[in-house]
Amino acid sequence: MDDLNRRRLLQSLVGSGIGASIFSFLYPIINFILPPPSQGSGAESKEVGSENDLKPNSGIVFQFGNEPALLVRTEEGELRAFTAICTHLGCTVTYDPGSKVIWCPCHNGMFDLHGRNIAGPPPRPLSEYKVNLRNGKIVVAKGA
Amino acid sequence: MEKSSSPKEPESSPAPGRCSPLGWLEERLDLAPLKEFVRHKAVPVHKHSHWYYLGGMTLFLFLVQVITGILLLLYYQPSESNAFESVRFVMTQVRFGWLIRSIHGWCANLVMALAFSHMFSTFFLKSYRKPRELTWVSGMLLLGLMLGFGFSGYLLPWNTLSYFATMVGTNIAGALPGLGPFVLRFLRGGDSITGATLTRFFGFHVAILPAITAPVLMLHLWLIQKQGMSLPVSVEEKHRAEGSKPPELRFFPDFLIRELMGWYIALAVLAGLAALFPWELGVKADPFASAPPGIQPEWYFLFMFQTLKYIPAKILSLDGEVLGILAFGLGGVLWLLVPFIDRGPATGNWSRRVRQAGVFVVIYIIVMTAVAYVLKESR
Repeated sequence: MDDLNRRRLLQSLVGSGIGASIFSFLYPIINFILPPPSQGSGAESKEVGSENDLKPNSGIVFQFGNEPALLVRTEEGELRAFTAICTHLGCTVTYDPGSKVIWCPCHNGMFDLHGRNIAGPPPRPLSEYKVNLRNGKIVVAKGA
Repeated sequence: MEKSSSPKEPESSPAPGRCSPLGWLEERLDLAPLKEFVRHKAVPVHKHSHWYYLGGMTLFLFLVQVITGILLLLYYQPSESNAFESVRFVMTQVRFGWLIRSIHGWCANLVMALAFSHMFSTFFLKSYRKPRELTWVSGMLLLGLMLGFGFSGYLLPWNTLSYFATMVGTNIAGALPGLGPFVLRFLRGGDSITGATLTRFFGFHVAILPAITAPVLMLHLWLIQKQGMSLPVSVEEKHRAEGSKPPELRFFPDFLIRELMGWYIALAVLAGLAALFPWELGVKADPFASAPPGIQPEWYFLFMFQTLKYIPAKILSLDGEVLGILAFGLGGVLWLLVPFIDRGPATGNWSRRVRQAGVFVVIYIIVMTAVAYVLKESR
């Protein structure tokens, strides 16, 4: 093997070694800095007070798992629950009894009482949850 | 008329390589003196040259500590209720979290081992002699700071072992006459070890100690660059008698490549230790539980810890523990001042005595550390 070939071989060996070293340093570091997926609370349903606690034409925000959710009692007395995370930029929405809509204060987004986006920037409707009454208690469950 | 001493004007025709990033920088920063320095930097070659690698390796492992420490900061929560859980989260949930934390734990020990080896090698080669007194003093300060990093970092996982080790360690500092109560409250952030102590130690570990270490380290490195490597006494005298200079190795790339090989080996040892013996998390600290048997500080504090056990409670009318702490304090100050104590000829009687004292110190540290381990195992 002449000198030139030997030099090339050595250069490629050293280069590969350095490259492999850099990869072996960076791979665990990049994996480490990316947080693991959140475990969630595993909550599939939650009891949210008794039926009489919520008056018609009102709503409350409550914690459902790791996220806020909104329970609304319509003027007609019907109970409905949605995720309270606005589909625009993730602010927490609230029920506005004056205009009878679900309202996002951050960018004036509006949803009707079926969760459909009706005004402002929200691009999608709010996900709806099941609401059941069990012995006079309101139970909200995922999977509407 | 005298020529102006202002920097040279850029040449009218572009020099080769000016289009490269280095050329671009050179046009703006005038890197010529730096290049010149690197070109001429050399390391003497003699039978004790291998000791020169210890300082660089200590620095390398310290940088590993800085990087892994910054990574751990992304998840660590310095509070009484969350510290242990956040470290457990890192160890069990975060990808490669066990590896990063184990490397941080093992590397802390290797840094201390190398820093002690580096210190003793410079002591026995008498590298502290004129004009390198300040290099020794700054190095000793760095060693003290490393001990501070070790002590403050030990509490952060908030497990039983670290809790009671901190209890004992801060109590020892609190036994100092006069300043003791102040030091105790300052370290603990109160009268006992609580979440306030944890927050405080976290502050020491990630802000105060690094802020002090950075300039001292810069000074230490600058002094080494300024004065070059010290020659051992025997080598210096031999070449003085012959009227010759010792052979030299160019720093870049020859010495640096050898140093890099050493770093690779250190990294392999670290990775091996971390993978085969992951750093344990232990049990969460419970301030109202009794201390488990066999509580000990980290190995680099053991010789002092073991000595204090052997000192009688009262010596004459004085508190034995206080005397022990004062003796260690005095020993530390004398050790710091070695370059100013050992000022005579390097081959003189006084210098030999200083060397013998150093041998005694090394033997004492090894024996007391070994005794502490043996007694712990046999308990």
